[in-house]
Parts: sequence; C-alpha cells; structure tokens
Amino acid sequence: MATVETGRAGVGDSPLRKEDAPLIAGQGRFVDDLKLPGMAFAAFTRSPHAHATITRIDTSAAEAIEGVVAVYTSATLGIEGGVPCASNPTGETKQPKRPILAEGRVRMVGEPVALIVASSQAIARDAADAVVVDYDPLPVAIHPEKAMLPGAPQLHEIAPGNKCVTITHKTEGFDAVFDAAPVKVSLTIDNQRLVPVAIEPRAVLADWVTANDEVTLYTSTQVPHFVRTFVAAVLGVSEAKVRVIAPDVGGGFGSKLNVYAEEFAVAQASRLTGHPVKWIETRSEAMVSTIHGRDQLQHATLAADADGRVRALRIHMIQDVGAYLQLLTPTIAHLTVFMVPGLYDLPHVDITLDEIFTNTTPTDAYRGAGRPEATHMIERMMDRLADELGMDAAELRRKNFIPKAAFPYTSATGLSYDSGDYEPALDKALEMSDYSTFEARRAEARARGNYRGIGLSTWVEICGLAPSAVTKAIGVGAGGWESAILRIHPTGSATVITGSSAHGQGHETSWSQIVESELGIPFDQVEVIHGDTGYSPYGLGTYGSRSLAVGGIALFNTCEKVRDKAQLIAAHLLECAPGDLEWADGKWQVKGSPDKVKTIQELAYAAWAGDSMPAGVEPNLEATTFFEPPNFTFPFGTHVAEIEIDGETGKVTIERYTAVDDCGNVVNPMIVDGQVHGGIVQSIAQALFEEAVYDDSGQILTSSLVDYMIPAASELPRITSARTVTPSPTNPMGVKGIGEAGTIAATACVVNAAVDALSELGIRHLEMPLQPARVWQAIQDAKGKQ
Amino acid sequence: MIPEAFDYVRASSVDEALAAMAHGARPLAGGHSLVPALKLRLASEDTLVDIARVPGLAGISVDGSTLVIGATTRHHDVATSADVAAHATALAAAAGGVGDQMVRNRGTIGGSLAQNDPHGDLPAVMLALGAELVLRSASGTRTVAADDFFVDYYTTALADGELLTQIRIPGGQTQGAYAKFNRRAMDWAIVGAAVSKGADGWRVGLTGVGPVAVRAAGVEQALAAGASAADAAGKAGEGTAPQDGLDGSAEYKRHLACVMVRRALESAA
Repeated sequence: MATVETGRAGVGDSPLRKEDAPLIAGQGRFVDDLKLPGMAFAAFTRSPHAHATITRIDTSAAEAIEGVVAVYTSATLGIEGGVPCASNPTGETKQPKRPILAEGRVRMVGEPVALIVASSQAIARDAADAVVVDYDPLPVAIHPEKAMLPGAPQLHEIAPGNKCVTITHKTEGFDAVFDAAPVKVSLTIDNQRLVPVAIEPRAVLADWVTANDEVTLYTSTQVPHFVRTFVAAVLGVSEAKVRVIAPDVGGGFGSKLNVYAEEFAVAQASRLTGHPVKWIETRSEAMVSTIHGRDQLQHATLAADADGRVRALRIHMIQDVGAYLQLLTPTIAHLTVFMVPGLYDLPHVDITLDEIFTNTTPTDAYRGAGRPEATHMIERMMDRLADELGMDAAELRRKNFIPKAAFPYTSATGLSYDSGDYEPALDKALEMSDYSTFEARRAEARARGNYRGIGLSTWVEICGLAPSAVTKAIGVGAGGWESAILRIHPTGSATVITGSSAHGQGHETSWSQIVESELGIPFDQVEVIHGDTGYSPYGLGTYGSRSLAVGGIALFNTCEKVRDKAQLIAAHLLECAPGDLEWADGKWQVKGSPDKVKTIQELAYAAWAGDSMPAGVEPNLEATTFFEPPNFTFPFGTHVAEIEIDGETGKVTIERYTAVDDCGNVVNPMIVDGQVHGGIVQSIAQALFEEAVYDDSGQILTSSLVDYMIPAASELPRITSARTVTPSPTNPMGVKGIGEAGTIAATACVVNAAVDALSELGIRHLEMPLQPARVWQAIQDAKGKQ
Repeated sequence: MIPEAFDYVRASSVDEALAAMAHGARPLAGGHSLVPALKLRLASEDTLVDIARVPGLAGISVDGSTLVIGATTRHHDVATSADVAAHATALAAAAGGVGDQMVRNRGTIGGSLAQNDPHGDLPAVMLALGAELVLRSASGTRTVAADDFFVDYYTTALADGELLTQIRIPGGQTQGAYAKFNRRAMDWAIVGAAVSKGADGWRVGLTGVGPVAVRAAGVEQALAAGASAADAAGKAGEGTAPQDGLDGSAEYKRHLACVMVRRALESAA
C-alpha cells in the first residue's frame, strides 16, 4: 500500500508509486514471465552484412535439428506487406518497403533473414545459426553526407541519391535580415547516433487461436493500439480479432513507440504453427535491430546585431534515417525544424533538412525525439555568439528571451507557444548554481592543473502531442487525442482505463491522484488499467511527454462528467435543484445545509441500484472521454552544469548540476523529480559517454554494453533541482509535460561548460561524446597552435 | 545471449578438476569472463568443470614472509583482507576496483589471471609485486614467475590440463599502489599502472599498453638510479605497443601510462 505521509494523495502530493512494490519484489509481469501451454520459441537469423544480395538460403540443416518446429524465410512466411511507416512530412517522402524478412537483399547489419520456431529458446538459437545464407556483398553507404554525393552506393531504387525527404522552411524577408546582420557565428554540430537501451529488450508472445482466428499479442510496447491496427492490416485479420497487451514494460524511451518486423513475424509464426510463440530479443540483437536515435549533422549560422540581439538563423540539417523507415522516422528531425528557434525571439529562420538513407539501423524517436537536437544546436550557437561578442552567456540569453507579455507567441517556425516566463527560471538557476562566484572556482581548479567551466542551457520544448489537425498537417497518419474511462463501482472504488500506456512513468499513481482530487475517492481505492486493447478504448499511447497533458486531461474531463452526473442524482435524492448544490471533499451538499449531503460513494451506489434516478439519467456512474488537445504545451527551464577537466587526461567530471524546470502545474512532485533526474542522466550520457559507432564497412563497433557506454551512478553528479510554475492555459489542469525535459536540456549545458573550460586555449567547440581521448586531443591540438 | 549446449560437472577436489580437464573440460570459477563469452557464442565448450567449491582452493594466508592467495578467492575477499593490505598494498587497491561490486563478489583472482585480458587490472599488479603462480596438473606442480606467466594476448603459460591453484607474493610490500584510468568505474582499464616496492626496489607493471601486461623497465631503472617519480614516470611509454581504438589513440595511451605511473608512485610514496 502506498505510504502517504500527508494522509492525502491528491494532485500536488507525493505518494509513493503504486507500481513499485511488485517491481521491487521481483513480482512484475513482463512478457518473458508469461507462459502459455504449448508455447514455442522464436529466434531470427540476421544479416552479418551491411549491404548484400542474398543468393541462396538453405534451411535444411536448421530444419533437421531436433525440436525445430518450422523455419521461415520471406518466401514461406506469407506476409506481403512491410513494416509500416506512418510519417510523410511533405507528401513526397520516399517510403521504400521494409520487408518483414529480407527479400533478396539486406541493407543493414541485423536485418532479419529467417525465422526459426522451436521447442526451446536454445534450440531456436542453434537453428538460427544453422541457417545457411549466401551473400554477395554490395558497396555500402554509411555516412549520410557521403551517401548524398553522386556515385554513392544506392539503397533503394525509389530514393535516388539516398534521399528520403527534404524539408525546408524559410521566413519571408530572411535574406535581407540575415545579410544585414553585423555579427555572424557558425558551427558544425554532430548530434551523434545513440542506442535507446531500455533495460527490458523487446519481447513478443503471440497466441493465434486458429479455431476462431483470434490473436492475442503480448508485446513490450508503448503503443498497443497502434500495434493492433497494423497487425490487423499487415496480417489481413479483422482488427476486432486482435488483442494487444503491453504487460509490465521495462522502459522504452521511444524505442517501443514502434511496430516492428518481429511483431508481425512472430504473430504470423503462431498463426502458421498453431503454437503460442515467444520471442525475447537478446541485448546483442537490440543493439542493431531496435531503432537508434539522433544522428543529425547540423551546419548552422546565427546572425545577430552588435548588441547581441539575434536576428536570423540559417541551418542545414542532415538526418541519417538508416536503411529503412520505421513508424515515425521522417517526423523526428521534422520536430527539430519546429524547435530551432528555442525560447528566443528569433524572427527569421532558413532551414533545410535532408533525410538520408544509409546502411545502418533505422533511427526514430528516442527520448526527446528531435527536440534535443534543436536545443543542443541553438544553445551551442548562443554560447558561440556570447563568446564572439564578449558577453556573459546568461545575459545574452536574457536579452533574447521571448518576453512574458508576448504569450501566446508565434514562433518563426509557426508554433504557438502557450505560456512562458523564462527569466525567473534563469534567475533561480543562476542563484542556486552560484554562477556569480564561479570564476574563483575556475581559478582554484586551474591552480591544480585542471580546467573548470560553467555552462547554461535555457530550454523550451514541445509537449502534449498533439492536436490532430497538426499531426495531419505534418504528415503523421494518426490523430493526437487520448482516451479515458472512469467507472465507479457500487461499493465506491473506481476503475480508470487509460489510453496512455505507461512503461515506467507512474500513471497508476498519478492518475489515482487526479481521481482522489477530483472526486474524493481515496487514492488506494482507484485502480488504473492500461496497455490492454481488450479493455481500453483506442489509445494513442505514451510518448512525447504527452501522457499527462493529453491522457491526464482525458481523465480529468471524465471525472468532471461523472461529477456532473452525480450532481443530478444528488439533487434528485436531496429533493433540490442541481444549482442548489455545492461540491466539497467528495460530496455534493445543499448550500448552507451541511447535513444535507451525499457522498460520491453514496451516489455511486444509488446510481447502480438505479431505482431512484432522476428522469432521463442513465444508471451507473461511468463516463468516457476522448480528449482532443487544442494546442501543444511548451515547458521550459534553465539548467547549469559546472564541470572540471583533468588537465592531464582530458577526463570530464560534472562537479555540480542545477536544474530549474517549469512544467506548469505538478501532479506528483516526486515523480516529476524522478523524470527530471532520469532525463538529465540520459542526456549527460549522450554528452559524455554514449555513441553508436559504425566502421566504414557498416559493422557496428559498439555492439555490446562494454563498448556502448552507459554511465552508472558512480559517473554521475548529484543533481540539485527546483521548479517554477507557469500553468498552461491550453488545458484545465494547467499541466505541460516533463518526461523529456532533462534529456532535452542537459547535453547543451555540459558541452557549453566544457567549451567554457577550454576557451582559454582557443577552443570554441567540442563534439559529443566528450570522451577523455577526444578532449585530451583537443587540448593538445590547441596547445600546439598557441 | 544463449550459449551453445555444454556439460557441467562440479569438482570436489583439485584432482577431480584435473581429471575432468584431462578430458577437455574447461575450469569455471567466478564465471565473469567465461560465461559472457559463452553467451555471446564467442566461446564454445563441451564441458565446464566448476572449481568454485573445491575445498582449500580459496583463502588467504601468510606463509612465513609470503602472502598466499588461493586461486578461487573472490576479488572482494582479496580487497578486504587484512593480510593483503599488510603485505601487498597494490593488490588490495587494485582488487577493490575490479569491475563493479557484483563482479567482485563473484569473480576470482585466479580467473582474472588465467583470463589475462589485455586491459585487466591484476596481471600488471602481479608483475609489480613479483608474484609467483602455482600451477598444478596431473603430472605435478610447478611455480612460474609472473614475469613468465603472461605470454601474449589472452595467453598465459598455462598448458593444457594445467590449473592455476595459488598465487604467492613476497610479503611486506606496503609501499604500493594501482592507478587505473577508465571512463566508468566498472570498466576495464584503458591504461593502468601498478607500482610496488619490494626487496629489490620498485617494480612497475602496466596494463592496456599492448597485447599483454608488461613491466615498465625504463621507469624501474630510473627509480633505481634515484630519479624523481615525475621524471621516472615519463619513461613509462617506452617500449610499449598500445593500439588505436575507440578508447583512444596509441599516443594517448602512452601518455596515460606516464600519468598513471606518476600518480601511482605519488600515491604509494
């Protein structure tokens, strides 16, 4: 049971998470914990080549292994369609088919070629190795800037020049303003490729009951309804016959906002063999067969007045989309386009985004999804400009903030920022980080032979995805609303069924708090069901920091509906007009007559009994809402990193980290702090440690967690965090979203701090990750020039 | 992450283990190098013989002036042993930084030495301590100096059918240290330097600067000739053969060797 120190667990309280007791005790139910009678196991034979023609597949040796049920290739699996992509930003996006199993050609290491079904995981693995595939290697395109050049190896016939899509946005009058600006600074920034690395790899258990042609798919996903829709479409079965269940899901970070080849293949294998079939992705597979993130190269020039007022930004972005498109691949860098101006009053932009196919794992949404790339870029540019002008980095930012009075503010990329008050967050962060006394700490470190620096990131992002009209306008093939059902039982407890699909966020806790606050049903009396299409109305799932601002509002509005209905019943029972009642602490009472009162529990019972309902009112207290958000929300904040670089080894250590975030009103401060901490950690990981590296032949060199470096607690700083509160006017709770804030903010302030530390050597930019060897080399090169 | 099938036997004595090894079994102790290799299918074995519970194979004692450590002694037990602290400071320091706590709770000193990872911590420490390694086989027991044990990339003087049973370290080496450079505390060393002052003066072992741990002869000679720690450490890159890699250039690693040796010497002084 939750421990509630205050005795309350409403909005604004921090009850412990309902989810955690079973997870901590090892009693979670993940896909791999599920066992069905007659269950068989799947494994995939995957391409060892980045690009090759398949000349022969011989499955006979694999089929001869005792315990092998079936071996499938694209010729025998019987799926015509490919992996879906629901994103076409321009209407002219090249969407080459991604076969479920390779069809005569492979375009990346790890591409599935054959599927084995066997009586055990070990036999399936042995058989996968026993499938003989003859490959005729083809030349590879690995680096997107080279892949764009004439003569580069081509991946897809329909995509000449390996070009997936080009997106441009140029404000009217840009050229005159840009040309006239007296100060220009330029940087090339490589936002490196990352691997999401959820602690639970992907996992699928498909149970196709051929007798009635119904399939239940247990899958580790953020979007069970999307999986249902696409499984129905691709496998040719009625959507009404498909049930998708996301049980406990061990993290996603966007990597499970997708519908994968393996989900179709495993479902089809169950259909063909008559066995329930389970596939558990290994970590080695996950490093290449689950989507990657980021991998965006940026050439940017910022134009400003001599006093530091920013006027115009020109940027050419090159996004590596990998070998194929996954669900939302082309949209991710499109989100970067929208957020290029950051939280500055920057009136003019000229943006060109080229998205390029290469022989690598597809990129797609990874925590922050396009917005970290924008924030990192504009915040690096602002520091570069401050350096050029000899201005303080904080004061340059302050000068260029969108003023509080300007909201709602229309950005140069056409967004309407809902609300913002950027200076208080900046001021608070500067104070908490002892910014004004930093130079003494720099000098002290220098005396020890080290370089100390301080860096800022003032950030804004776009949450609450998304108004359906906008998703349509930007070519995403789904709306952006969310659903909720609230059902109050005769004994007064409540069931919430949410279309959001939690995978670590704590929705069971936060959603219960909303019900306690809105209806007076105690936190512990509220059960929250998510992630099961058999229970839930269509839900669009959990990603893009959308759950509270869209799914939470759907629940909030449902509570209002239930309360309104309860008011009619209370008025009938108390023999007064509904307008004579007032709501307080979970009760409708006659104004001025505290003894004439009906609790929500009494009203729920009466509504269930049904014998004394007002005319025209249906029995039971239950309601459903589909909430369509009128706009995005735009949380913001200031982060400050203070780092020290070992002058002898180049090792960067974060000495202090301060985060002041504003996500509007807060439901559970403890959960918000956790989201902030987790996001910052993941972003520090990008700044200092993580990078997916391919060699020139398309082999991934960082194929395990030995080489793909995820930091542990010992590598991370203590984070000092605080909040300001600027409610969103776009929803009745005034909430915004916080799941990605830390990831969006932190890389920039860490890198800005490192560049600040080394600026005395003439260093003006450093690429991520700031691994010691790279930083040491930069120091040597700079000293060599001096 | 599923290994190929293998047989598993558990030995209750060294002789039983040696008998199984004579039939091709590979010894399994802490399993923190071998098991991941099996799971990644980088290694494949017909039979593993588990020596973790062989009586007498684990434990730390002092035999006259010699520190004696059984091969299956866990890193954690080495790191927290009063005897190790009293006789081989460099080893106590290094063992406390092998991998992470989970690795130290399971991994063994003998396993690490027999594995001889080019970025492992302990081979360099054995060189610095002038340790001797006791090897047993069906045909008897022999003792090999650490200088002769670490042969090449993942290769030691262990012959087929031979089991490392004991590490013998000249005692009283209370001036010693291990300086390790890595990106995460849990990682192997990019470069590590072990220093220890024995009866014949300072010995210095390096890891990560070539296919196998090596003595830094130039540093040792300079120290013997009375050079300062800083001056002597400057010779640490001499004669090394580090590789360019994701963790840095060869030049960087030679530089790190100098920095780590100096830091180890300063910390040991």
